[in-house]
Amino acid sequence: MNGFPLWMLFIALALGTFALRYSFIYLFGKVEVPDWLRDALKFVPASVLAALVFPALVYSEGTLDISLNNIRLLAGIGGALVAWRTKNVMWTILVGMILFWVLQAF
Amino acid sequence: MKPTHQDFLTGARDSIPILLGVVPFALICSVAAISVGLNPVEAVGMSFIVFAGASQLAVLQLIGEGAVWFVMLFTAWVINLRFIMYSASLAPYLQDEPLRRKIPFAYILSDQAFGVTMSKIATQVPANPAWYYYGVALAIWLTWIFSAIFGALLGNLIPASWGLEFAFPLSFMALMFAALRDRPTVIAALVGGTTAILTKGFPYNLGLIIAALLGIFAGVFADKGAKK
Repeated sequence: MNGFPLWMLFIALALGTFALRYSFIYLFGKVEVPDWLRDALKFVPASVLAALVFPALVYSEGTLDISLNNIRLLAGIGGALVAWRTKNVMWTILVGMILFWVLQAF
Repeated sequence: MKPTHQDFLTGARDSIPILLGVVPFALICSVAAISVGLNPVEAVGMSFIVFAGASQLAVLQLIGEGAVWFVMLFTAWVINLRFIMYSASLAPYLQDEPLRRKIPFAYILSDQAFGVTMSKIATQVPANPAWYYYGVALAIWLTWIFSAIFGALLGNLIPASWGLEFAFPLSFMALMFAALRDRPTVIAALVGGTTAILTKGFPYNLGLIIAALLGIFAGVFADKGAKK
C-alpha cells in the first residue's frame, strides 16, 4: 500500500480514535459539545456507510453497470432487504454472499 | 466484596447478550483483514490496537483498492467521530475517576459498551456507574480480542476464490440500515451514496471523503428544513 507501513497506519488510526474517545471525558466541565457538531454527528454513519456501499454495488470490474447483468447489484439488493429487516451484519453477509455465489454460478 | 467490584461484575454480566453480536463482528474483521492480504498477526494486531470494527473494515476495503494512506486515515476517523458523543455522554460518570483508569477505559470505549451502560443508567443508575461501565467495556474488549484471534485462524482457511471482498459492502449495508432512523438520515445516505458513485473516478479515493461530507451537509440541511 504505497510503501506506508501497516503498523504505522494502525497506530495513527488508534491515536486519532483514542482522541475522539477521550475527547469529552477529558474536556468535561471545560467545554460543552457545540450544537452544530452535535447536529452534524447524527448524519455521519448514514452518509459514510452509504458512500462505501453504493459504489461497490453499481461498479462491476471498474465500470458503471446498472443492469441485471451486474450480479453485485442483484445480490446487494437481496442483502439490502435482509439488512433493512434485521439490521444484523452476520445475516446480511450470509444471505448476500449466498446470492452472490448462486448468481455467479449461472 | 467492595461495592465498586460488585458494580463491575454486574456490568460484565449485563453485557453477555451483547457479546453474541461482538463475536461475529470481530471474526468478520479478522477474516476481512486476511482476505485483503494481511497476515494473521497483522489482522489481530489491527483489532487489538484500533478496536473499532466499522472503521477497520473501511480501511481494509481501501487497502484492497490500493487507496492512499491519508484517505484511509481520514475515512476511519470520520466513521469514528460518533465516539465524541459517547465520550460526552459518559463523561459525567467518570469525572472523579483517576487518569490511570480513565485513559485505558476510554481507549476501550465501544458502541456496545456505550449502549449497555447508557441503557442501564436510563433505567437505574448504579451506585458506581464508572465501575459498571468498566465491567461492560472490559467484557466486550476481551471477547473482541479472543474472537479476533479465532477469526485470524479461520481466515487463513478461506480461499480467495470465494470473492469475500463482497462481504465488505454487505457488512456496511447492515450498519447503514441501523443508522437510518428518520427522513434526514435517509437523505444523508442517499446524497452520500450517490455522490460516491459519481466521484468514484477521483484520484486517491478522494470521492469518498467528498461524498461523506456532502451527505452530512444534506442531512443537516434536511433536518433544519423539517424543524422550520
